[in-house]
Formats: sequence, C-alpha cells, structure tokens
Amino acid sequence: MTATLLNNIHLAIPEIFILSMASIILVVDLFLTDKNRHITYLLSQLTLVVAFFLTLNLFSGDTFYIFSQTFVADPMSSVLKLGVYIATFVTFLYSKDYLKERNIFCGEYFVLGLFGVLGMMIMISASSFLTLYLGLELLSLCLYAMVALQRDSSIASESAMKYFVLGAIASGMLLYGMSMLYGVTGSLDLQVISQQLSSVTDKTILAFGLVFVIVGVAFKLGAVPFHMWLPDVYQGAPTAVTLFIATAPKIAAFAMLMRLLVGGLLEMHAQWQGILIILAVSSMAIGNIVAIAQTNLKRMLAYSAISHVGFLLLGVLSGTEEGFAASMFYIITYVLMSLASFGMIIIMSRKGFEADKLDDFKGLNERNPWFAFMMMFIMFSMAGVPPFVGFWAKLSVLKAVVSVDLLWLAAVAVVFSIIGAFYYLRIIKLMYFDKAVETQPIECATDLRWVFTLNAGLILFIGLMPDSLLALCKQVVMS
Amino acid sequence: MFLDWPLLSLVIWTPIVGGLLLLALPKKEGSVNSRIIALLISILTFILSIPLYTDFNVTTVGMQFTQNVPWIESFKVNYHLGIDGISMPLILLTTFMTVIVVIAGWEVIKDKVEQYMAAFLIMEGLMVGVFSSLDAALFYVFWEALLIPMFIVIGVWGGENRVYATIKFFLYTFFGSVFMLIALLYLYSQSNSFEILDYHQLKIGLTAQILIFIAFLLAFAVKVPMWPVHTWLPDAHVEAPTGGSVILAAIMLKLGAYGFLRFSLPITPDASHELDWLMITLSLIAVVYIGFVALVQQDMKKLIAYSSISHMGFVTLGFFISYQILENSGNLDGAALGITGGIVQMISHGFISGAMFLCVGVMYDRLHSRQIKDYGGVVNHMPKFAAFMVFFAMANAGLPGTSGFVGEFMVILSSFKANFWYAFLAASTLIIGAAYTLWMIKRVIFGKVVNEAVTTMQDINKREFFFLAVLAFTVLLFGVWPAPLVEVMDVTVVNLLQHIMQSKL
Repeated sequence: MTATLLNNIHLAIPEIFILSMASIILVVDLFLTDKNRHITYLLSQLTLVVAFFLTLNLFSGDTFYIFSQTFVADPMSSVLKLGVYIATFVTFLYSKDYLKERNIFCGEYFVLGLFGVLGMMIMISASSFLTLYLGLELLSLCLYAMVALQRDSSIASESAMKYFVLGAIASGMLLYGMSMLYGVTGSLDLQVISQQLSSVTDKTILAFGLVFVIVGVAFKLGAVPFHMWLPDVYQGAPTAVTLFIATAPKIAAFAMLMRLLVGGLLEMHAQWQGILIILAVSSMAIGNIVAIAQTNLKRMLAYSAISHVGFLLLGVLSGTEEGFAASMFYIITYVLMSLASFGMIIIMSRKGFEADKLDDFKGLNERNPWFAFMMMFIMFSMAGVPPFVGFWAKLSVLKAVVSVDLLWLAAVAVVFSIIGAFYYLRIIKLMYFDKAVETQPIECATDLRWVFTLNAGLILFIGLMPDSLLALCKQVVMS
Repeated sequence: MFLDWPLLSLVIWTPIVGGLLLLALPKKEGSVNSRIIALLISILTFILSIPLYTDFNVTTVGMQFTQNVPWIESFKVNYHLGIDGISMPLILLTTFMTVIVVIAGWEVIKDKVEQYMAAFLIMEGLMVGVFSSLDAALFYVFWEALLIPMFIVIGVWGGENRVYATIKFFLYTFFGSVFMLIALLYLYSQSNSFEILDYHQLKIGLTAQILIFIAFLLAFAVKVPMWPVHTWLPDAHVEAPTGGSVILAAIMLKLGAYGFLRFSLPITPDASHELDWLMITLSLIAVVYIGFVALVQQDMKKLIAYSSISHMGFVTLGFFISYQILENSGNLDGAALGITGGIVQMISHGFISGAMFLCVGVMYDRLHSRQIKDYGGVVNHMPKFAAFMVFFAMANAGLPGTSGFVGEFMVILSSFKANFWYAFLAASTLIIGAAYTLWMIKRVIFGKVVNEAVTTMQDINKREFFFLAVLAFTVLLFGVWPAPLVEVMDVTVVNLLQHIMQSKL
C-alpha cells in the first residue's frame, strides 16, 4: 500500500520543496533582527527560483496521477505553476521597498506568500475534491492574513474581515456542492466523477451540486454577482498584498475552474455553459460600467479585474479545446498586465504616500516620460488595443466564442470592451494631457525599474510575437 | 532591382523604428536634432516608396511586391503584404504627406518635439501597413494601432477642448472597428483562414453577407466618415494640431474608403448590391446636406472638416453606383469610371484638404484664432499666402484644371449612367462647394481689414512657401494630367468589377 501511495512521488517534489522551505524560512526569520530581514527576502526568492527549475525539470508531455489519484501532474499544471512562481517572484521584488517604507517588511509577508504559493500549486494539481479544497483553503487563509498585515490600518482590517466572512461562505457553498456531487456519484475523484456522470439518472441533484460548485468558483474568481469582496479588498489591502492577490491566485482560480468544470463535469457542459454565459455577461457589464465611476486606481483595477474575468469565462464556456487554450492564454497575459499595473502604483508610491488616486497620475509624462510610456502600454493592452498582448487575448476568446456560433455573445463582449476602453483612456489622458500637480521626481530602485520595464516590454513583445505562448497553451490543453 | 527587396516592409518599419528611436534618444536643449532626424526618416521613407510606383506593373491584376511570412501559426495569421493599383497610390500619398507634415510642424511645435515627430512617423508606418496588408488580422492590428498615436497627437498638442475631441475620436472609431473584428472572426470560422484574398472567393449566404456588410459598414463608415456617424470628425479636426488635421483628412479618412474596396465590395458583393440604395442615399446626404452644413460654419477648420465629409460622399457614391450602372447598361467602363473617379477623388482630396488645413494652420500660428470673423483683408498683408489659399480653395471647389475637378467630374459623369437624379444631386455640390469655400475666402482673404491684429501678420516664410508650393504643384499636375494616376489603377478596378459582378450566393 505504501509502495503504491509513494509511487512517482518525485512528481510532487516542487510542492514538498516549497513546504519545507517555507517552514525553514519561518524558523530562520525568528532569529533575524530587522537589520538582517532581507535574508528572509532573499531566501524566499531563492526558493521560488529553485522551485521553478524543479518544475521545469519535471515537465513532460504525459499525465500522471499520484497519491491515490488525488494529485495530477500534467503539462498544464507545470505551465501554470511556472506562471505562479514568476508572478510571485516579481510580486516579492516589487513589494520589497514598499514594505520597508511602511514598516511591514516582516517575515510573515514572505512566509504567508510561500504557503499561498503551495496552496495554489495544490489547487493546480488537484484531481479530487479533497485536494482541491485543501489547496483552496490553504491559499485563502494565507490571503486573509496578508490583507490584515497592516494591523493598525482600520481599512485593511475591515477588508480582511469582509474577505474572510465572504470567503468562508463561498467555501461553504463549494463544499455543499461537492457533497451533493459526491452523494450522486459516490466519489471525490474528479476522473471517476466524470465517468459516472453519464450513468446518473437523477439530474436534479447534479444540477444543484453544479450550481453550488460554480458559485464557489465564481466567488474565488470574482465574477458578478459574487464580486462584492473584490473592490474592497483590492483597495483596503496594502498595495503589495493587492499585487499578490491580483496576480498569482488568478492563475490558481483558473486551474480550479478547469479542473472542476472541464476535468470533472465536462459531461454537463450544456448546463454550465448557460450559467457561465450569465456570469460572463454580467461580469463584463458591471465590471466595465462601474469602473468608470471610480476615482481610486486600485478600486478601478478591481472592477477591471472583474470585467477581465468575464472575458476569461468566454473561452471556457465555449467548451472547446481551442476555448480552454484561449482562456489559459488570457489568464497568463492578464496576470502579466496586472503585475505591471500594480507595480506602477508601487513605484509611484513613497513613504507615507499611496499613489492610488487617479489624480496622482496627472502629468506623469512630464515627471517621467519613460514610466508614462510603459503605463500607456499597460492601459492600451488592458483595453485590448493591438499591437499589445491584451488584444490577442481578447481575440482568442472571441474566436472561441464565434467558433461555437455564439456570435451574439461576441457582439455583447465587444460592446462592453468599448465601454471599458473609456476608463483606460482616462488614465492615459491624465498622464499625457493634464498638467502635473506634483513635481517631485519619481525615485525607484534600479532593479525595480528594470523589472518593471521588462514586464511592460513583454506586454508589447508578446503582442508582436504571441505565437509561442499561444502554441504552448494550445499544446498543454490538448494533452 | 528593387523587386527582390522587401520594399513594403521597409516602408512600414523604417518610420516606426525611426519614431521609436526618436523617443529613446537622449533629450537635448532646443531639440533641433529630433526635427532633422524626423525629416530625414520621412524623406528616406518617401524615397523607399518611390520604386513602388516606378516598378509597378500596370498590366497585371495580381498583388505585387508581395511578402508572405507565417506570423502566428496557432491562428494561421501571416505577415502577408502586397499592393495593387488601388493601394499603391494611397501609400505614396501617405509617405508624401508625412514629409509635408514634418516640415509643417517644424517651428510650430515647441513642446515635446521628439514625441510629436515620433507619433507622426509611427502613424505613417501603420497607415502604410493598413494599405498593404493582405491578411485580415494583420490589417486589423495596423488599423487599430493607428488610433494610439492619433489619440496622443490630438490630446497632447490639440486645442482647448482636446480631451473631449480625442476621446470621442477614439471611442467612435473603436466602436466601429470591433464589429469588423467579429465579422472577420466569423469569416475565419467559415474559411479557416485570415487571408483577405481567400475571403474574396468564399461563398456566403445572403443573410450572412448582409450582416457582414453591416459590420464592415460600421467600421468603414465611421472612418470615412459617412453621415450620420460623422460627428467625431469636426470635433477632432478643430481640436487637432495642424499636422494632425492634415493626416486625418489626407489619409485616415481614406482608410475607410479603402476598406470598402478591399473588404465590403469583394467579400460581400451580393449584400453590397442589395444595400446599394442605402449607400447611395447616405453618400448623397453627405454630399448635399453636409455641404449646406459647411456653409454656415464660423470656424474655418470646422468648415473644411465638413467639406471633407461632403467630398468623401463622392468617393462612396462612386463606389456604390457601379451596380446600377451595370444593371442599366451592362457597361463595365461606365462602372469603372465611377470607381476610378472615387479613387482619384480620394487622392486629390488628400492633397487639397491637407493643403487647406495647412493654410488655416499658417493663419492660426499668427493670430491664434480659427474664427472667420477675426480675419478679413489678409491679402493686404500676406499676398503670397493669399495666392496659395485662393488656389487651394478653387481646387476644393472643383475648378477644372485642378485635381479636385477630375475625380468629381468622373463620378458625376458615371452617375448619369445610373440615374439622372443622382447626377443632379451630386453635381449640385459644384455649386454648394463653390459657395462655402469661396464665401470663406471672401470673408477671410479679401474685404476690409476689420481686426487690427491682421495688420501684424507676416507673410509666409520660405518653409511655409515650400510646402504650399509643392502641394500646389501636385494639385495642378494631377489636374491637367491625371493619366499616370488613372493608368495604375485601371486593370485593378476592372478586375474588381468583374469580381463583384459574380454572385457569391
């Protein structure tokens, strides 16, 4: 029994490595003084780099199930995990100086971040309800704590509380749905469930289970009408934490969506397609329209995230491999854009000053033309204007929707993308057309400047040469 | 010798790369450098584009100077370039006008010169890209990317109300384009290809054709612009800096008309036939009604903007009367005359409207007003300038001997073969056009000096003389000798007509 359980255990080495390192860093951090705190930072970054190569080394075209079929290692999981490492690495790098300036440069941020990464990895590799839930809770608990990191800030505590309560409800919903599906199929294993589904006669309970599962997932993704927590958390949390929440966990949430709906419940595609259409359309509508009214950039980006989730769902709901690949491309490029946009806020902020108001971007072109130019890339990319990568992301999901004859849905989506273009344009307007209110030059560390430039440059570069990433997404989804 | 060079790619990427370099260069005081660099790049691009004309084979219907490299294999998108008799003159117009615009912005732009010049160079490359793309996705990328530099140009160097104008411009055109994107995706799902030439051969049902036609119409009608989606144009023109207005009027408006020839007519010939009454009506409304609107404008730039809309009505009229001519007489030459006339009108309008905006720009630089009432008697203080302005105004009104006459005359002539009343209404523009243009000239150039400030106006300097003279020469040249222009497009237009005569149902 032990032999079979530990068969191919090497496929889980990255997870084991991250777990051990997170525990070690937790202990090491205890013995560090504030002066030496950067050792924690360096160790965390080293952990991510090593994990990156471990996962890269394990990359193969085949699919393996280990730990009694509860853990899956397939090409998609490897690629998504690599995405998580990169996003987290860049997040830590962007956050370092920000945290120092606010006296929250503590071990907890990095340790919680690493445990969060572990949770995401487990979600990405889950092939049973149990592992999926385990990973999700591990991630969520880390995020709740991180939001409350600045414990003296009332707005942060409020948003942490809100996030926790709503998150707990959503987890409950998800569990409830899972229990129904378990009741009908008699298994927690997603593979078994997908085989059993066709033989189930009583579809009512299945439908109920499906709805509750989707509610849980929609909450984690932040799809309307389960999006209420998102703007508050984005705005309330310290920007470094918002940066973390807004990037890597989106990849994990996408994986959860894929594992549950495609891996487990593809048989019920006809049912969940309708639900996802409603979620997608309302997310695009509410996200894009409400974003126009925001004056806080973090909050605006939160609504923009909601609308992007709507687009992401378009690819999945088409139910074709092409669509899944399109959604995967979408989420990876979205994370890239999201990293850059919150990175910009962090760069603009300084001790005792958060650059999270729209007006803080006034006249950026005069203060620092280079950053303004990069920010213009990000905004046009989010609006879906070529030649930036956001255009190809939108094009690929729209193509997936058109290919299954949902032309009206594509038309609705583009109409909302026009509405969305307005608030991205407003940022560019503030940066380029308005006079600067503040004249203080923007200072930032050299490594930050380079990584940010690389980050924004990639948005253009992948926009010009999207083929390799598109082909990769297609290839891993096919297998 | 030039045939082996990837000439089109060079014409596209030289200005784009040059523009980006200009942005990256270290900033120097006085920034004379960036002006000279921009001028050199634009002249180099123009020189590179000349072989496109001299080595052009006027006897073949196929695409020339083609280049086809796989770009995004997952989507079957190719970097496929090529030109025919329709796109070649437009590319030359683009490279030519960019040189003029760079010179025109020489002393006028004092703020962020390198960004200004870079925006125009990048725009030039993107516009050439639109005209030479043979792949729908590539076309769309260039088409949309073009909005970015124009948005910046109007917003940064524009007039008082620039933010409103530029956002309106962006959203309006973005709105039109996204529906074209859906149409293209639909065509892709039917043909499994993004090649425009494949779409030309694709069989499509009538309902689908009509929907595709409408989607294209939204994109192209906004760009042309046709009545009633023209309202962004006066705003954008009025607020844009002179160079922006010139590029908008001279080239960007042509993109929409070009789209009709490259997409709407050949891909959806039956829908175009079915809906030609709509297109003709909208065109005639533009010609007549917008002409009257132009008559009452107080703002010179607005007046020229409306006159542009009215003139572009001729272009679309020329394109869409072809079905009725073919039905009435089966006369291919008559229909070809309409389309050729439309294209000639596009080119000629590019020169004339560009020149008109430059003239207004010259006056604006001196008095900082665009209002007609602030001027009067300019001829007394700027005689050389007045001569040019009167000449361009005559060309705008369609005086024989100028290029403005040729295109309008061809379209009116061919519309007689379609329907007398079309010709009657279209010809009325010769009167309305003369009325609004000459009335403006009367109030601005001639008459008594009402405004004290006019007496302080200096006549044009050498730089201004140069670009106005070059434009005047071109307008005159094509006016008396349009043959080189008509010859290059003849075979392509006949081929297009033969193509659209065949039903694709």
